[in-house]
Amino acid sequence: MNLSRPARVALWTALAAGLGVVYVPLLIVLLNSFNADRTFGWPPTGFTVRWWEAAWNSAGVREALWTSVQAGVGATAIALVLGTMVAFAIQRYAFFGRNTVSLLIVLPIALPGIVTGIALNNAFRTVLEPFGVGLGLFTVIVGHATFCVVTVYNNMLARLGRLGASVEEASADLGADTFTTFRLVTFPMVRSALLAGGLLSFALSFDEIIVTTFTAGAGVRTLPLWIFENLFRPNQAPVVNVVAAALIILSVVPIYLAQRLSGGGAGTR
Amino acid sequence: MRPRILVRNGAVALSALTLAAATACGGSSAPEPGTAAAPGRSGFTPPKLDAPKSLGAGEGQVNLVHWAGYAEDGTNDPKVDWVTPFEKATGCQVNSKTAGTSDEMVNLMKTGEYDAVSASGDASLRLIASGTVAPVNTSLIPNYAGVFEGLKNKAWNSVGGVAYGVPHGRGANLLMWRTDTVKPAPDSWSVVFAPASPYAGKITAYDSPIYIADAALYLMATKPDLGIKNPYALDDGQFQAAVDLLKQQRKLVGEYWSDYTKEVQAFKSGDSVVGTTWQVIANVAKADKAPVEVTLPKEGATGWSDTWMVAAAAKHPNCAYKWMDWIISPKANAQVAEYFGEAPANSASCELTADPKHCETFHATDETYFSKVWFWTTPIAQCLDGRTDVKCKDYSEWTRAWTEIKG
Amino acid sequence: MDQGLDRDQGLIPAAGVPAPAAPAVSPPHGKEPTLNTTATAGRAPRRRLAAFLHRHAGVRLSLLLSAPMLWLGVAYLGALAALFVTAFWSTDTFTGDLVKEFTWANFQDLFTGEVYRTIALRSVGVAAAVTLIDLVIAFPMAFAMAKLASPRAQRWLVIAVLTPLWASYLVKAYAWRIMLSSDGVLGWGYGLTATVLTLSYLWLPYMILPIYAGLERLPGSLLEAAGDLGARGWRTFRTVVWPLTFPAAVAGSVFTFSLSLGDYIAVKIVGGKSQLIGNVVYDNIGAANNLPFAAAVATVPVMIMLVYLTAVRRTGALENL
Repeated sequence: MNLSRPARVALWTALAAGLGVVYVPLLIVLLNSFNADRTFGWPPTGFTVRWWEAAWNSAGVREALWTSVQAGVGATAIALVLGTMVAFAIQRYAFFGRNTVSLLIVLPIALPGIVTGIALNNAFRTVLEPFGVGLGLFTVIVGHATFCVVTVYNNMLARLGRLGASVEEASADLGADTFTTFRLVTFPMVRSALLAGGLLSFALSFDEIIVTTFTAGAGVRTLPLWIFENLFRPNQAPVVNVVAAALIILSVVPIYLAQRLSGGGAGTR
Repeated sequence: MRPRILVRNGAVALSALTLAAATACGGSSAPEPGTAAAPGRSGFTPPKLDAPKSLGAGEGQVNLVHWAGYAEDGTNDPKVDWVTPFEKATGCQVNSKTAGTSDEMVNLMKTGEYDAVSASGDASLRLIASGTVAPVNTSLIPNYAGVFEGLKNKAWNSVGGVAYGVPHGRGANLLMWRTDTVKPAPDSWSVVFAPASPYAGKITAYDSPIYIADAALYLMATKPDLGIKNPYALDDGQFQAAVDLLKQQRKLVGEYWSDYTKEVQAFKSGDSVVGTTWQVIANVAKADKAPVEVTLPKEGATGWSDTWMVAAAAKHPNCAYKWMDWIISPKANAQVAEYFGEAPANSASCELTADPKHCETFHATDETYFSKVWFWTTPIAQCLDGRTDVKCKDYSEWTRAWTEIKG
Repeated sequence: MDQGLDRDQGLIPAAGVPAPAAPAVSPPHGKEPTLNTTATAGRAPRRRLAAFLHRHAGVRLSLLLSAPMLWLGVAYLGALAALFVTAFWSTDTFTGDLVKEFTWANFQDLFTGEVYRTIALRSVGVAAAVTLIDLVIAFPMAFAMAKLASPRAQRWLVIAVLTPLWASYLVKAYAWRIMLSSDGVLGWGYGLTATVLTLSYLWLPYMILPIYAGLERLPGSLLEAAGDLGARGWRTFRTVVWPLTFPAAVAGSVFTFSLSLGDYIAVKIVGGKSQLIGNVVYDNIGAANNLPFAAAVATVPVMIMLVYLTAVRRTGALENL
């Protein structure tokens, strides 16, 4: 890169400043998790670890976390399968309506969450309820998977585009059938893209609140829903800060592992 | 905090959907809040259902539908638990389901899977009218005797003098102000409505269409020629007057509040200095050393109250009765009232609250105080004040007007 | 896609697997990939299926598209269509049930109510402002990450950008509320500006990541060539970098624009007395149980997004999301 020195300095400064802006509010969350004030007033009125204790002892947090993980894993699994299938179809074949299909994949994430939310809510209640299936974790997974497909799809599409089809052809020439080629040739090469797409899809699902609000059954509480409810209860609001702070710290582990596994490609989409 | 009901779904809790209020009486020129009389209307006859004459042994479990915070079993906070002692005492295991909205409550109850529900006013009459819930034989609930008279046989929990449930608790929407900026201490809602308010930009109001009733209540006192008899029964002209008042108020408003955390913060930082509140918000703000005071203004106030009801097709009616008795028992009712921040329904609860002054703070024993409170009722096209010559504005019209008010 | 069927290890090394062109592709872990050529009798049906699939591209394509299209094309689009059908219905004011008779009333209210026009314009303005702010902040950040940082630093920087996504949206919005309150760190107060700031903050990673990915794909040699040909920084940016990363930036903008357009929670937390189109939809469905009118209002952001998507589709942005 032949950038002038001032340009480099300016860019590095922008990056540092940008990250600073990103992390200052998170730092405030962390500080507030030790803030004695019950509605996290500023500046903090005193230091306390009682919110951390409360969070640690809260079965509600653990249940919500577990629900969120289930929802995220379920939605991501579906998104991985569907997203990969469409990416292959779009990347490897030319067919009538190809553009429409690619637009359709993007639609669930491009339309505002509240539209997707009430459309799915309405559909679930009209279609599923006569069969005795109410809103529950299942409907949350369906709702999340709908908008998670696109992240897997895009990662896969980019990867497949870079790979080209020649490798697969070579594999076929060597006598491997369709399935074997996928397992031994294609899959290893797209694994990191899948990982990146899956990770992002999980993250999207994990922090989704609007679609979840409309698709969750009465007893199903994902972490964002739990946070939403508890922000508005006396003595519970500060616990929410603890949960967020803990999540930030914990999230580094899966992201880092994914980055390692995918050799640096993860996170890009 | 009256939360779920208003915060999440807005479903405005409240009393009397439809046919509300068939209790025909009152309707005099000086309306009493809470009686919501509907003279001249006799259309509402609930399905004939009988309350049990006696109770048998518990069935071993009970399925509840309730608002978050009404049936705490220690999972959110090990110290907040009145479900486990109930299970130990009665052998009825509680399977609880939190509902997010009144509609959800009604739908869940209609599945027939649940035995009891903590219905708000707008759900309660729908449940009664559809025959989903049965009359309650209050003589089988020993603790019912301790319930405040001001909560018994009201428009949202009874029909024609027959009780359909046991009252859970209540609260009023009060006026709160910062004592360091708002002087002298206000005693009227005019401080949030007067166009020339010195506190312009720092006034706050509740963010829900039901707040239109607060304006109507103020007009009821200040513009008697509008003829408003019930702030939830507004005809075209009355409604327009309330909406106009709120549009003008919007210029003074700094922010609308919808949840408790938000309002406490705004009052502590001074971003808001005067506006509507719940008692519990004021308590938290004071505990965190914000210089605030609350009052029930001279015009009266709006408020809320919920009812535990039992399903007509309950599979575990005995345990459901045991639960209703438990939740209004002095100890459990004290716990739930304190956790939730409301006035308990049982008068004996007042001696059992962890904070000895809880009942005093929440005015639990003060019937004169609650006689000035108009409990939330869902506005419907049939005027709740009994007028039959005009059509009133229903809640979806209130909602659209609210959008317009906020602009 | 059924790799699970084959459990045998093959014999012939896949000598023909070339190194992928893109640097991001990792070499397969563990042992060398091998091709299976030992067709045992028991797997004959599978072989036949594979051979059949190999010969019939159309069948392969249909199989690939079947599940996704059932899901998105039938279920999702069906749900959307059903929603918009209800926009032509009404609600019984007495029972709250849907009245399934055709009426234009909801749209009449929507188009004649001046307030809805104001709110729609305000929402688009907020979404556009958020997108622009994010673009301006994200581009230099992504550029420094992709072109100046070492590969090792890149990995950590991506982590640094991804991490905030795990802190709850609500908690972050509340953190901004605290900073903006009059005794807070910033003390700028609440309102539309606060909403724009908060939303820009919340969606920033969704803008950085696509641009970063786009810049990473941009060969460094291209920039060098531009430099060798005498182009200065700005000119290189304008003539080489920007045109090539534009689709990635547009992809990011789809996120920031649509997420802002549909938001109704952040604006409740920091918006003071303002409301956006999402609030109107939410109030009508969540509080008033008036699905028909909510559906009618929801057509507004849907139309805006469809116009937006159609406009950006030519840029190839949709493949960069």
